[in-house]
Amino acid sequence: MFIALGLVGILIVYLVAQYNGFVVLKTRIQEALSGIDVQLKRRADLIPNVVETVKGYAKHEKSVFTEVTKARTALMGAQSLQQKAEADNMLTGALKSLFAVAEAYPDLKANTNFQDLQRQLEDTEDKVAYSRQFYNANVLDFNTKVQMFPSNLIANAFAFKALEFFEAEEEAKKSVKVKFD
Amino acid sequence: MTVYSQISENKIKTFLIMFFFILIFSSFFFLLGKYFDSPWGYFFLGFFISLASSVGSYFYGDKLVLMTTRAQPANKKQFFNFYTVTENLSLAAGLPMPKLYVINDPSPNAFATGRDPKHAVVCVTTGLLQIMDRTELEGVIAHELSHVKNFDILLASIVAVLVGTLAIISDWVIRSMWWGRGSDDNNRSNRNPIFIVLFIVALILTPIIATIIQLAISRRREYLADASGVLLTRYPEGLARALEKLKNNSQPLHKATSSTAHLFIDNPFKKKNSSWFVNLFSTHPPIDERIKILKSM
Repeated sequence: MFIALGLVGILIVYLVAQYNGFVVLKTRIQEALSGIDVQLKRRADLIPNVVETVKGYAKHEKSVFTEVTKARTALMGAQSLQQKAEADNMLTGALKSLFAVAEAYPDLKANTNFQDLQRQLEDTEDKVAYSRQFYNANVLDFNTKVQMFPSNLIANAFAFKALEFFEAEEEAKKSVKVKFD
Repeated sequence: MTVYSQISENKIKTFLIMFFFILIFSSFFFLLGKYFDSPWGYFFLGFFISLASSVGSYFYGDKLVLMTTRAQPANKKQFFNFYTVTENLSLAAGLPMPKLYVINDPSPNAFATGRDPKHAVVCVTTGLLQIMDRTELEGVIAHELSHVKNFDILLASIVAVLVGTLAIISDWVIRSMWWGRGSDDNNRSNRNPIFIVLFIVALILTPIIATIIQLAISRRREYLADASGVLLTRYPEGLARALEKLKNNSQPLHKATSSTAHLFIDNPFKKKNSSWFVNLFSTHPPIDERIKILKSM
């Protein structure tokens, strides 16, 4: 009798601990996600300045500016994780062509304001990458727990579902292509 | 071993070291008191000194360490790479941004201190910033942030202060013995010689105990911090190259003392660890071994 009661007690403690473990991980993922958002917003905020500075030296490269601005708008409006990742990758690509254009203007390259902006942009890019890494590491922990036995039973009972990773690889692979035309 | 078990291990060890420090220190003073015919007075003196330095080391250990190494706060403008690399890796590790300090010294080295990740300090020398490129610096900072994350910094800072206290006190005792010898030669014969022997034994033992504590806490955790640092940067080559540069630099760091040596990423005294006997008493694992492990990752 007492043994049975004891076993039930242990089981309940175990269930509570497992459930709380899920909640802790989920909160950490939320936090990581807002960390990414902060960095993405910082990045988006830098763009108008960069575009203005480059415009001052290279007025005629309109297509590059529209592309960057478009990507920025997409990033600001992105709601889901998928959209954010896509918009961010698009912005990375557009910025690459912007800086490629800047290479052709020595005056622009020598501008300290431009150099500073470029450095800040690189820095936020790194920060996006690192906050993404933190997010993905936590999602990995969470998903492992959701799928592994016996914690998957609790995950099923309380509807904790595996979450998606914040991917960046695809665009990076694509942008390696060099066009000659 | 996970980060969480490392954290609890470090907290338990910190508590045990404080406890034994107070115990040994008070009994040492008790023996000292026997010699001066006032055992309990000395016992309480020892008890309060050790209690105060234990509690003080918990709250002010980081500040004391920074003071003895003469570190200055670092700002983003002047130390852009150092600042942003730490910011980025803190993001990746999910840690709050630590306070940053710089030691103005050409010898390359780095350490972290503080009592928990919310009160953490990362400190590097200007020499380190000069010779490392960004990826190498990332390797070093990731190593230090791993010490922060798993509470190595708590244990290491407390040991630094306690070992420092031991050094000061034993120095003081030896001096007072030396100077006291001539004046009370007459009543020395009345005292029980066994206590004098015990006292001298204790005097010899303290520095040895201090060294052993430092050894126990620091060698294995360097390997662990290397490994978890690489988990952050995902680039073992960076830290391996950084360690290679540290190895090839033979300038000792004069601002390090024997009580803070174990905090640093590389032995600040730059002694060449050739024989196994020297290795046995070294606060740091051989750097070649660390590079070899990193290269095989």
